[in-house]
Amino acid sequence: MSVTHSVPPVEAGRSWIQKLLRAREFGLVVLIIALVAVTAAIQPTFVFSDGGWRELLRQPTILILIAIGEAIVIITRNIDLSVGSILCLSTYTSGFLFANVEGMPIPLVVLIGVALGAFLGLINGLLVAFLKVPSLVITLGTLYAYRGIAILWIGPHFIRSSWLPPEFRQFGTTPFLTIPLLLIVVLIVVLLVGWFMTSRRAGRDLYALGSNPEAATLFGLSERRLTLTAFTTSGALAGLAGLVYLAIYATGDAKVGTGYELEAVAAAVVGGVAIVGGSGTIWGVALGAFFLATISSALPVLGVPSLWQQALVGLFIVGAILLDRILFITRTRRAKRSGSAS
Amino acid sequence: MTDTTPLMQLTGVSKSFGAVKALISADLTLEAGSIHALVGENGAGKSTLVKIIGGLYHRDDGEFTLEGQSVDFHNTKEAKEAGIAVIYQEPTLFPDLTVAENIFVGRQPYTRFGGLDRAKMRRETLELTRRLGVPIDPEREARGLSIADQQVVEIAKSISVGAKVIIMDEPTAALSGVEVDRLMGIARQLRDEGRGLIFISHRFDEVFSLCDTITVMRDGTYIATNKAAEVTEDAIIRQMVGRSVENLFPKQETTIGEPVLEVKNLTSAGVFDDVSFTVRSGEIVAFAGLVGAGRSEIARAVFGVDRYDSGSVSIGGKAVPPKNPMAAMRLGMGFVPEDRRKQGLAMAAGVQQNITLAIRENLAKFGFITSSLEEPAARTWASRLQVKTHALDTEASMLSGGNQQKVVLGKWLATQPKFLIVDEPTRGIDVGTKSEVHRLLSELAGTGVALLMISSELPEVLGMADRVLVVREGRITAELSREQATPENVMYAATHATEEGEAAA
Repeated sequence: MSVTHSVPPVEAGRSWIQKLLRAREFGLVVLIIALVAVTAAIQPTFVFSDGGWRELLRQPTILILIAIGEAIVIITRNIDLSVGSILCLSTYTSGFLFANVEGMPIPLVVLIGVALGAFLGLINGLLVAFLKVPSLVITLGTLYAYRGIAILWIGPHFIRSSWLPPEFRQFGTTPFLTIPLLLIVVLIVVLLVGWFMTSRRAGRDLYALGSNPEAATLFGLSERRLTLTAFTTSGALAGLAGLVYLAIYATGDAKVGTGYELEAVAAAVVGGVAIVGGSGTIWGVALGAFFLATISSALPVLGVPSLWQQALVGLFIVGAILLDRILFITRTRRAKRSGSAS
Repeated sequence: MTDTTPLMQLTGVSKSFGAVKALISADLTLEAGSIHALVGENGAGKSTLVKIIGGLYHRDDGEFTLEGQSVDFHNTKEAKEAGIAVIYQEPTLFPDLTVAENIFVGRQPYTRFGGLDRAKMRRETLELTRRLGVPIDPEREARGLSIADQQVVEIAKSISVGAKVIIMDEPTAALSGVEVDRLMGIARQLRDEGRGLIFISHRFDEVFSLCDTITVMRDGTYIATNKAAEVTEDAIIRQMVGRSVENLFPKQETTIGEPVLEVKNLTSAGVFDDVSFTVRSGEIVAFAGLVGAGRSEIARAVFGVDRYDSGSVSIGGKAVPPKNPMAAMRLGMGFVPEDRRKQGLAMAAGVQQNITLAIRENLAKFGFITSSLEEPAARTWASRLQVKTHALDTEASMLSGGNQQKVVLGKWLATQPKFLIVDEPTRGIDVGTKSEVHRLLSELAGTGVALLMISSELPEVLGMADRVLVVREGRITAELSREQATPENVMYAATHATEEGEAAA
């Protein structure tokens, strides 16, 4: 079985099992399974009922979408705090179109919602790329600006489910082989984005930029173009998340998505994205988002008072960062040792 | 040989940054299959020239041809595509990407399914690094690679894009002896493959053993191109420093008194080694040497900013505790750092607050400080130093470099120090203000203060110092009196690897 390879010169490639055990994704899958199992043991309807099963799989989709967008931005050493506000504008715009434009085709509304998100993300990107102001400040500004627009426009109104075409509402509940269609769509998006980030030059350039911005500039990578790509993608995904929200809840007001930006950052961090940029996978982030969303639906079932829920989420974030730090230090040490041996 | 067109040729290239002329007229002719040394003092314009060749800067004037064709790069990408690769002293890899990806960044091969062809990247990386005699695991992250291995990755990258011109900017500065030999072997191999190499180094032993041609630059100007076989080291040094050192900076005569600062056997592993010297009252001692020789590091350790492993520092016979700048200040030490914007000034604070920063405790009444308490002290020093501002509350960031330096000096003079370290006191300061700073330092010595000046500018060192200590690679390699300190002597001690004999004790 263990044939000594003559090819790898410095450090023999570790077996795939070791790699798997070391991966963040594996740890998260274990955590999710454990959490679901414990919760189901105490309250079987959490999993073993039509409604429970559907909510378990459907409800994390919103966070998954905005978290992978957030991850792309963080990988380029930026941050996007405006995703919650973008989601709100996308949700209400879509609901408004269904209500006010006769015979609006659903694909067109989806397209408009995503395009609106992309446009708002592009504005973020332009401000960050051209004003050279840290994205933390820019998107803190647009967080309030976009929310302000939403409040001015929507006021006290809210979307009624009667505004929405029945096919659109059904889409939120229809299963395919018991799995909600929504989750399948979102998983396809995750796969596409993940594939782009791992296997296309443009995706690798985003990692390179976040890994060493000075080197990226010296190398001739366009920091501006990459920054625009990251923020526009994040905006588009938040726009899509807005539509998913509408499909699931069939309602929405000026407050939709408040606080989602921090949940998205949390999911990215728990999913293994380094806040200083350059590393982390989309798969990890999707699992991180699934995990955090499941915690917040499982804890009430487990009878944990709502006051404790946030503290627990916080604990996981701090734990994830500590784990990253420890892994980083040991990895760097090991790398140094094996490097000097060559 | 002479009838063929050179691989790369630059003639009369100039570059200015605002009023500062970084390059006045640079010439360089590189032949294929040659290793060409580019030497000169710090600030001679080598780096600017390299950045122009690499497409990072755009020349203001002059000719630039590659294989006979006139070229004009607007960014690093264009230069790279034309076959020019620059390997900087600090390699610029992406630490989170694998070695293979670092080599193929921006041009990774795709499989027919549209994904990255990682197998091909791995194969080619291994082949490239093997060819260079330094196989590196293609799958490992670049993070944690030694500087030498990072350079190998950079070189592999440049070969894989088919670079014809490879520029190495002080590649050996951070390498160990074995690694230097390995790098030189690689360089020869690249030369034999018909590429043209430009090698920048301050170490003459390397230059002479590796290079066939040596071009000397000085003050942004081309001086001479020599065949390495036909020239001596002394001749090169003369070309490098060969300006008449007029007494631009007359230090006034002072009576030199008792030793104030005594440093004994100061050692910090890997940074500096067994450093001993004294500075007497009224004396200006200069630390000369190349950038990176360890001068600032020694000064920082003496002041207590950085730690050291062994040795002792004392002022006026009293021991200065290590790693405690506050104690050093109380004993009468001051430090004017090299980077005044980052380390010397509170940029957003006013001139007044900056000047009184180091004496706040003395000015304060009952632990509180008010503007009216600060003002007299600040006014005294601002006027003595002739800081040109409209008001004492002008923000430090609004001042010119020269005036900023005066404010930093004022801050330390207000503490009435016995011993003051000034690190590159006139860097980035215009000529007029420069001589004013020199006059101030000279006056200061006249009042009995002991001064340690770190400077990379030879004329400044020679004009100001009573004694010159030359630092090379963390050691004091020569101590020269004012009479002994000629440009040639200082340069020789700063660049020459002493054959472990160590003649002078």
